[in-house]
Amino acid sequence: MATKEEVKKLAALARISIADEELEKFTQEFDAVIAYVGQLESLNQPPASSLQPQALRNVLREDGEPTAPGTNTEKLVAQFPEREGNALVVKQIISHD
Amino acid sequence: MKAPNEMTIVEAASGLRAREFSVRELWDACAEAAKTKNSELNAFLEIFEADEAALKAAQKKIDAGGSPSGKSDLLLGIPIATKDNILIEGKTASAGSKMLTNYRATYDAAVIEKLKAAGALFLGRTNMDEFAMGSSTEHSAFGPTKNPHDTSRVPGGSSGGSAAAVAAHMTIAALGSDTGGSIRQPAALTGLVGLKPTYGAVSRSGLIAMGSSLDQIGPLAKSVADARALYEAIRGRDLNDSQTLPEDLNAQKSTSGKMSVGVPWGLLEKGVDASVLELFRRTISALESAGHTVRDISLPTSAYALAAYYVIMPAEVSTNLARLDGMRYGLAKRGKTLLDDYLISRTEGFGQEARRRILLGTFVLSAGYIDAYYRKADAARAVLRREYEEAFQQVDVIAFPTTAAPAFHFGEKSDPLSMYLEDIFTVTANLTGMPAISVPMGTVSRPSITLGTTGSVSLPVGIHFTAPPLAEARLFKAGELVEQVR
Repeated sequence: MATKEEVKKLAALARISIADEELEKFTQEFDAVIAYVGQLESLNQPPASSLQPQALRNVLREDGEPTAPGTNTEKLVAQFPEREGNALVVKQIISHD
Repeated sequence: MKAPNEMTIVEAASGLRAREFSVRELWDACAEAAKTKNSELNAFLEIFEADEAALKAAQKKIDAGGSPSGKSDLLLGIPIATKDNILIEGKTASAGSKMLTNYRATYDAAVIEKLKAAGALFLGRTNMDEFAMGSSTEHSAFGPTKNPHDTSRVPGGSSGGSAAAVAAHMTIAALGSDTGGSIRQPAALTGLVGLKPTYGAVSRSGLIAMGSSLDQIGPLAKSVADARALYEAIRGRDLNDSQTLPEDLNAQKSTSGKMSVGVPWGLLEKGVDASVLELFRRTISALESAGHTVRDISLPTSAYALAAYYVIMPAEVSTNLARLDGMRYGLAKRGKTLLDDYLISRTEGFGQEARRRILLGTFVLSAGYIDAYYRKADAARAVLRREYEEAFQQVDVIAFPTTAAPAFHFGEKSDPLSMYLEDIFTVTANLTGMPAISVPMGTVSRPSITLGTTGSVSLPVGIHFTAPPLAEARLFKAGELVEQVR
């Protein structure tokens, strides 16, 4: 059983907040889903060696400039909530005091 | 005679060439129907203005006898609706979320590039459950879409806007995306053909990601031939999606002559609505009468598929949605500290279902739980794949009903788990990466609350086929057989 505190902690880790009035319902629903997926515990898992792993391959491109510098800059910068020239404005996180 | 907007791709393409109507008239018929019906159905979040240059270019090519490119020729001048999570450069792509209401796509999705090259026209972007999370469109930040067959019922989801738009003849066909059934379930509930291609058959470049190991873009269409035409136009290797499969693998495993259909009868013993099961039995019998073989097959691990899906998918969701932090694009709320900026933007930007799945994903990936949940689910996925591969040694395709019941009423599945169960049959194809199609198999009768207590309404339901990787041709063949025997 998940407690409200555990759900609150998960939310903090995921950078979202859950209002106190929602917390009870959220915890219950969360619990129900976790109980449902918990049935995986009863799955008779074959030894890992008998299962073929998915084929994995690295995909790398050749070094080089895929597009000329600046091609997409304005389009991307136009999405910024706040900009200074081509720079994104964010809060200062290191203080000088 | 059918109005142009009521036609299939194949019919409209032939009408355009026979000069029965022009590209402009076809566009206007669709745009007009879309505008008229949208206030009731809410299928489109935005209906685009006509792209005059594209209309003209398509007409010119048709007048010149079509393009020499062959198959994709069919799409010349055909209006297509696209789900709101597929990027079209310069257009808004909100993924049905408040988080991206102001987001303008900076490039074309690979599928859009291909459709543009094929001469298709983009009619508008369709409503969806937020970030494709849901089976009814009730989780859209912009209000639910209604089912054209009964507006008191959901159209399915998450590609419910695309489904309603095609079913109500507001467009000729549409694209959706499918992570656990989001093309096939709405197709079934609105009487359409819906295809989830093989994982890697169609590029995901420019699709707003939900579950990266599960997502595929695919068509919602009025016929199997239309679904095939759209699939052929959008598939193919793309360097921007390194999971796309090399072209030489794309040999289109085909099947000639009579088909062998496997049915996991054991899985259908409980939980399936009696009238849906009856229709399914009749469809299977009709295939048998037409000379095809039907075999009872066993897929025991299927019972765990939905549980495995609800571990793997939220894990990928929580990872993918972590990039939406209110910094570079999307909803950007500001508080006192940088942490506040993240918290407020994400809390206000994401709806309940998105937040719920982010929490689930964070949980199943956290130290101490990853072995019990994520690794176990991953193992179940491998077992499922093996069971299906073994079954395909005996049969060409595997069949079951797409959904356990027809379209449900708004608010009927307010408990999250009951909504999740909508996808119980469809998720396996996403977990195994195999292609799957839903084809209409008829209608079942239900009392209608909009017509009062005495009225009844006919609701469509679908039959679902799964095939081995890259054997889409078998799905089209099985689908066409159903169209013939229905």
